[in-house]
Amino acid sequence: MLKLPLRLVKQRLSWLPSSLVFGFLLLALVLGDTRPAVAIPSPSLHVRAIPAFARKYGMPCSACHEAWPKLNNFGQTFKDNGYQMMNDRDAPIFQQAAYWPVAFRITPNWHRESVNRTDITNPATTLTTEGQLTTHGFDLSGMDILAAGTLAKNISFLLVPSADNTGAFHFESANVRFDNLLRSSWLNVKVGKFELDNIISEKRILTLSNNGGLYQIYHFVPIGDINGFGLGDNQLGAELSGHSKNDYTRYSVALLSSNDGNVGLSNGHGYDTYLTFSQAFEAGSLGLQRVGAFAYVGRAPTYASLTAGGSATADGLGQKSFYRAGFYGLWYIKKLDFMTMYTHAAESAFLGTGTAAFADLPAGARGPIWNGGMIETHYTFNPQFVLINRYELIRMSRQALATNSGNLGDIDSLTFGYRYYPFMSSRAGFAFHNEYSIVRQRGVAPISATDVTSSSVFLGFDFIF
Amino acid sequence: MSAHKIAKSLFLTAAALLTIPGLVTGQQMESHMGKLTGHADSGKQLYFRFCWGCHGFRGDGSGENWLATGNYPTQPYLNIQPRNFDAAVFKCRSTPTGTLPTDEDLYNSVGRGFVMTNMPSWISITNQQRADLVAFIKSFSPRFKSEKPGDPIKVPAEPKVTVESIKHGQELFQKLECWKCHGPEGRGDGPSASTLTDSNDQPIRPYNFAVGSRFKCGATNHDLYKIFMTGLDGTPMPSFADVIKPEDGWDLVHFLRTLQVTNKSPELALWESTKEGAEQIASRKIHGTATGSGINQ
Repeated sequence: MLKLPLRLVKQRLSWLPSSLVFGFLLLALVLGDTRPAVAIPSPSLHVRAIPAFARKYGMPCSACHEAWPKLNNFGQTFKDNGYQMMNDRDAPIFQQAAYWPVAFRITPNWHRESVNRTDITNPATTLTTEGQLTTHGFDLSGMDILAAGTLAKNISFLLVPSADNTGAFHFESANVRFDNLLRSSWLNVKVGKFELDNIISEKRILTLSNNGGLYQIYHFVPIGDINGFGLGDNQLGAELSGHSKNDYTRYSVALLSSNDGNVGLSNGHGYDTYLTFSQAFEAGSLGLQRVGAFAYVGRAPTYASLTAGGSATADGLGQKSFYRAGFYGLWYIKKLDFMTMYTHAAESAFLGTGTAAFADLPAGARGPIWNGGMIETHYTFNPQFVLINRYELIRMSRQALATNSGNLGDIDSLTFGYRYYPFMSSRAGFAFHNEYSIVRQRGVAPISATDVTSSSVFLGFDFIF
Repeated sequence: MSAHKIAKSLFLTAAALLTIPGLVTGQQMESHMGKLTGHADSGKQLYFRFCWGCHGFRGDGSGENWLATGNYPTQPYLNIQPRNFDAAVFKCRSTPTGTLPTDEDLYNSVGRGFVMTNMPSWISITNQQRADLVAFIKSFSPRFKSEKPGDPIKVPAEPKVTVESIKHGQELFQKLECWKCHGPEGRGDGPSASTLTDSNDQPIRPYNFAVGSRFKCGATNHDLYKIFMTGLDGTPMPSFADVIKPEDGWDLVHFLRTLQVTNKSPELALWESTKEGAEQIASRKIHGTATGSGINQ
């Protein structure tokens, strides 16, 4: 009599995972249909998790990542040591000659994108109207080739040729790093193209959809602004950084070309500065907490000089200033953790209104100012399953033009999902990824100037080898 | 008794166990380091995040990086089989040879890591997490349930470094035949070096003093003193506690420091200031390498 109910329970339990998956999908589709939505830039998959390191050191992904690609403090320490464990076995002399420090990552996926108000031109009548646009289907993410490791003791490199999902390549990262100068972990220098020292790393973001695969707060610029800078974009320059042995205390100072990471010196010849500092502290059995602050002070061009008969940009000119500053916290309550961030940003009125520096500003123009906040929650049930939720909001504090509505461009973004890693080894990584993300931006509909809401549903098979 | 009643009894028993935490957690292994108390249940989660790849699911040192068939390491860096926690034989202790280490010994080992092996330093996880890991590591071996750790050895205060103490240490190095394994210049290339095996019957290399600054169980003179007074259990390195006097131990420490020709130390500086010492060090430095530690390993 006891066996029958147990069998039934087992049968029902076996349906549980698939029911959860399809339940989530159904929920996402329903929500997607009722809350359609924006023209936010699509992220390609420039995210970091390097199983070449796992293979080199024989450690499972979970040793360095809370859930890959997001680093834990041990992984952050490894990175900050220049990809070294500091056990005198890091130099290439200890590697097998056949060892190849390269990994590949791509995510075949099915996704659905919907925007409630966008301009649609009827090909028959050539009339443009505002309407909802929904697309869905199977697709690919971009691909990263991640090559990284040590060239010698205390000299390391990172090279990331990346392709978007059409296969067009560029160098996402390419840098060389000198560590433990003067035998001190407080002195490390990196030169090349690299991610800014953001502890809340967009390159290690746990969400992948078009809407959710980026931090809005890192890329926002006001409506009409011509500054292409993004805190989440990799930059070209040199960085001096340091950390305590356990990485609880960290700092970095970077000198960067004012070109938002674009190669070829075509976007001006100014220099920006980025400063970060963070401090971690232990809170008993709750875990390691961290607070930090950052400030980016930069300049961006307002017009370009042209060459080749006006068809190519020769130089970015008329540079005007902008800054981003903020602070953040990583808060752990055992398996539950919160990432919180606040940013304050301001730009020159020339950038905010898209006015060339040699021209007169529109009447009443002033530098736009805005603030942003983010809270991202993770529940790491175990190293193989993590639930993710994120809410971001961005609020304009001052519009560049007084005639603009006070909330023009304001953003609210909600993302939630989960990642399930069926296996955890020191050889390769694989995650089943489900996510829903919705973004609303105020007053940006192309014709009616009402709010635009976009949504993304993403089901992916995220693998890296 | 009907199946229904059996099920009901089982359910009530389970509910009672779960609602009386003392009955469940009372058998959990704990570790104690000062004010820190580690818990095995928390340590288990950490173990299966950080450690199992090398130490294995059963803690027997046969993780996926150490293939059971032929004991051939799949990682070129895994030159020493990861610790078998089931055997509870540990190299780095403050306790006499053959005894269990203290919780603090294990805690320090996790935090320090093991130089020239694949075991990194885990100082970047929290103190509580390291304590929890120690508690869980202890749960692999029945020895920790039936035996108490040995009493930590007494380390006398270190006397002042003198040329005489270094010379006496050099004599002890010869007399105790340390050179047979570690080599006459401390390069780990003595006549017995190639024949040595550990308790897993794996080949093991003696420590090469000529490279690096850290030892297997620490970096200080105090750590070095403890190494040869407690021995490194599971390796051919014996305990000399019954062979030499404590003051002789410090003389040996002072001499061994002079073998670390690439590592600045007061002992090396003093020894180099003598004619005999300067000649020795100059000849040893010729064999040093510009590429840093480990190239001769």
